[in-house]
Order: sequence, then C-alpha cells, then structure tokens
Amino acid sequence: MTAPRQRKERSPFKEESVNPERRAAYYMILPALLIILVVALYPVAYSVYLSFFGSTINSVGSFVGFENYARMFANQEFIEGLTNTLVFTVVSVLLEFVIGLAIALAVNRAFRGRGLVRAAVLVPWAFPTVISAVMWRLMLQDQVGIINYVANALGVISGPILSDRTLLMIAAILIDVWKTTPFMALLLLAGLQTIPEDLYEAARIDGANAVQRFTRITLPLLKPAILVAVLFRTLDAWRVYDLFWAMSNRELESLSTFVYKAVRVSQLNFPVGNAAAVFVFFTALLIAIFFIKVLGMQTSTED
Amino acid sequence: MNSFKDSKEVVLFYAFVVLFVLASIFPLLWVFKMSIVTKSELFASPPTIVPETPTGASYSTIFGDSRFQKGLINSTIIAGTTTILCLFFGSIAAYALARLRFRFKSSVMTLILAISFFPHVAIIAPLFLQFREIGLIDTYWAMIIPDTVFALPLTTWILHAFFKELPKDLEDAAKVDGATTIQAFRMVILPLAAPGVFTAAILTFIYAWNEFLIANTFAFDENTQPVTVVIPNFATIYTVDYGAQAAAAVVVTVPLVILVLVFQRRIISGLTAGAVKG
Repeated sequence: MTAPRQRKERSPFKEESVNPERRAAYYMILPALLIILVVALYPVAYSVYLSFFGSTINSVGSFVGFENYARMFANQEFIEGLTNTLVFTVVSVLLEFVIGLAIALAVNRAFRGRGLVRAAVLVPWAFPTVISAVMWRLMLQDQVGIINYVANALGVISGPILSDRTLLMIAAILIDVWKTTPFMALLLLAGLQTIPEDLYEAARIDGANAVQRFTRITLPLLKPAILVAVLFRTLDAWRVYDLFWAMSNRELESLSTFVYKAVRVSQLNFPVGNAAAVFVFFTALLIAIFFIKVLGMQTSTED
Repeated sequence: MNSFKDSKEVVLFYAFVVLFVLASIFPLLWVFKMSIVTKSELFASPPTIVPETPTGASYSTIFGDSRFQKGLINSTIIAGTTTILCLFFGSIAAYALARLRFRFKSSVMTLILAISFFPHVAIIAPLFLQFREIGLIDTYWAMIIPDTVFALPLTTWILHAFFKELPKDLEDAAKVDGATTIQAFRMVILPLAAPGVFTAAILTFIYAWNEFLIANTFAFDENTQPVTVVIPNFATIYTVDYGAQAAAAVVVTVPLVILVLVFQRRIISGLTAGAVKG
C-alpha cells in the first residue's frame, strides 16, 4: 500500500531528479544566469523603480510619478543628446553597411594577399575605441593635426575642426565608419561564403544578369547575416559614449554622455539622468524587437 | 566566389585592396610618426611625411610617468581577471548549451546573447549606488564584475561554437567508462577544445582591455584606473605635449595589433562563428 503512494508523490520531480545529464546542465548554466541576473537585470529593474522617485544620489526620495521623464524631455541637453545619437546611429550604420557590403562582395574571391586584407580588417577593430578617439583627435588638432592641415589647405574648413560641433559630429561618424566598417565587411563576407556557387551558375545559365543575381540570390540569402550585423552595429551606435567623450573632449552630447554626466559629473541631475538610462534601455529593446519581429531576424540558434 | 575577367580588373582590384589596407592602418602609422619626432618637427607646417629627426623623448616622458605605468598594470589585472572569470562561467554554460539536453535551452541562449546588446549605460546609475553601498567604488572589482557579465556572451558564444564541433562519441565513450557529465567535460572536452578556449581568451581579454565607460564611472582613483581612462586625461595633463599623447596611444595599441596579427585566423573564426549560422 505504501510503495505506490510514495512513487506518486515523487512523480512531478521524477524526470528531473532521475536524469543526471539534465541536472548537470542546470548546475552548469546556473552560475552564468546568476551573475547576469544580479549584475545586469536587477540593476535595470532598480533603475526603473528609482525613475519614479525624486531620488538624489544619496536617497530614494518620494514618489513623483512620471515627473522625471517630463523633466528629461524638457531638458535641452537631453534633446541634444537624443538628436545627436539618432543622427550618428542612422548615418554611421547606413554608411558602414553600404561600404561593408561593397568590400565583402569585392574580396569574396581567391586572390594573393587575402591574409594582408584580413589583417588590415582587424587593426582598427582591435583598437580600444577611446584610444582611436585620442589618435584621431591628435590628427584633427589645429596645431599639429594632419587632417586639419589638409582640410585647411584645400579650403574645406574655415576654422579649427575641434571647435565646431557640426564638424565634430561629421568627424565622429567618419571615425566610426573607419573603425567598424571592416568588421561589418567581415561578418557579411562570412555570410557570402555560405551561399553555394551552384546557385549563381544555375542563374547564369537561365540568363540572369549581374543585378538580378545580386537582388534575387545574394540579398535574400545574405539577409540573416545582414540583419545580425546591422542590429549589432545599430545597438552599438545607439549607446555611443567612448568616441564622443574622448574625441570631442566632452563637447558632443549623446544619450550615454548625458546619463554619465548625471551619475558622475553633476549629480544634482541624477533623477533625470537615471530616467534617461531607462529610456536608453527601452529604446534599445524596441530596436531589437523591431529587427526580430518586423524584419524577421532569426533568433533561434538550435539546429 | 568571383574570378577575374581580365588584367584591367586585376589592377583595379589591387588598387582597391591597397587603398583599403592603407586606410585601415594610416592612423596608427601617422600617430606613430607623431610620437617619434621632435617638438619642432611636430609643429612644422607643412608637416613632414617621413620623420627627419627620430627621437624617443616622448616615450621617455610617458614611461617616466607613474600614472601611465600604473594604468598599464591595472589594465592587465582587470582584463586578466575578467578573462579568467569569463572562461570559467562561459565554458561551463557553453558546454551545457552545446552538448546537454535540458528545458528552456533556447531561452537561456537568447538571454545570454541579449546581454551583448545591452546598453551598458543603462545600469551605471543603479550600480554606482550599489557599489558605493558595499564599498566597491575605486576597486578593481567595480570594473571586473560588470566587465565579466558584459563579456560573457562573447566568451560563451565562441566556446559554444567550438564545443559543438567536437564529435559526440568522445563523451559517450567517457561515460561508458563511468565518467559523470562534469568529468567528461573536464577531462575529455576541455583539453580538446583548447584552441577554442584560447581564441575565447584572446577576444575576451581584448574586450576587457578596451572597456572604457564602466572604468570611467567606477575608477576615479589613479591607483585603480586602467590605461583607457588614464590616456584621455593626458590631454589635460600634457596639454601641448602632443608627442607624449601620441606615444601613449601607440604603446596601448601596438600589443593589441601584434596579438591580432599573430592570431588573425583564430580571431576571425571566433568572431564569425555565430554570425554565419545567424
């Protein structure tokens, strides 16, 4: 009488406790999940919570509803950071995609010196962003900078590049293009190499011209690689901080520099900066959801 | 893959390749040139193309600066510890994701990957409050902990790709011989995946070495600041000593460039491991 009842009680957990492979898997996953939960997800939740209070850097304060967000949108510097981040993201990612795709298509062949190209691709990528910002700042500088000198000699600019915010913005975009286009090309090239050559052969026999082969074969089959690369770059550009901070010597405002200043420079602005941090998080999430749901990016990694 | 149609196309192609390679490495070459010339040559107008009076003065300046030395040591400690932690957490998680069967596998995978898209700035405000409460501000851990979490997707992803490649028979044989899942992982899979572990280690180290936002938020004390935080500050310390600023940038970049050139094949296979499958 007792034996069957015991088995019945254990049954909900039976499968889990009996399968040692599954149990081992949970133990192996747990540490990674725990640190992600504690260091990334909990702080976001706490940040959202704080954003509804009149907090200072030292205390939580009283509930204020959406007031922090209202003050955020009324803040001139925030609007400037938002505009700059939008312009920077759209223009730099677009340029990187077009140039990166062109490079990938061009080098998708066997040729002498592939290794050299591959090495050249990785050089800008390996630079710390903040150090490449310092390097370019030296080249843009009006006393010793080669770019400022050349632009001046050609009559393209009237004053020093570093004291004009529009020129700084253009410079920031071009530096980002310099640094990350090779990486974009690398990801797209890896995608191109998975497209079977037979498809192009067959299309050629059927009389498809180069443009048709590109739009009917290359683009559709490259779509997964394109979406991954572009989403990755978009979200990276959306959180731009290092480049603006070091290259413009804190002149250019982005969403991230705005949050940073509220946390470490002018802490009176803490509640508004914290609201902006929440804003950055949810807009980034929306961008990712847009890519996955609207553009149909595949997220499953299972075979 | 395309093939060349005629010799004109070959010339055009190589012109393109040369231009591309030059554009990639020009800034490093130019800043290197700025770092080895005398002050008067640096300010010369028009600028010289080939350095006329090479000097190591700028390098003496920065290597004589204790802040710079300390920064290099701090960067090594922070990036090294981050790499070790990431390899630990990442390899066990990647093994489970690549080889074991369990529920919610794809949700776990998606969550870990989502962290690589995470805007780091979103958590600096709450982390600042929490780190201050437990006294972590201006310590190495204030940088190592967030860096580990943010580099974890990269490490896990690369290791996952490598573990998947290894033949399943190996663990099965080990298990037949009486090994547990963990033992099979530790004694059979890890040694075989050593090249993958090495690739993951290089990429994680570069990631942590290059990190700036977290370090600039949590390390205001020169004793723990990594070199990425120290160098931009040189612009205010060595206001007009552009040669010293250039030398500092070169010193931090050259080891990475060498690392990347030596291990380029591994790095590219690691970086594109996931993206291809999409």
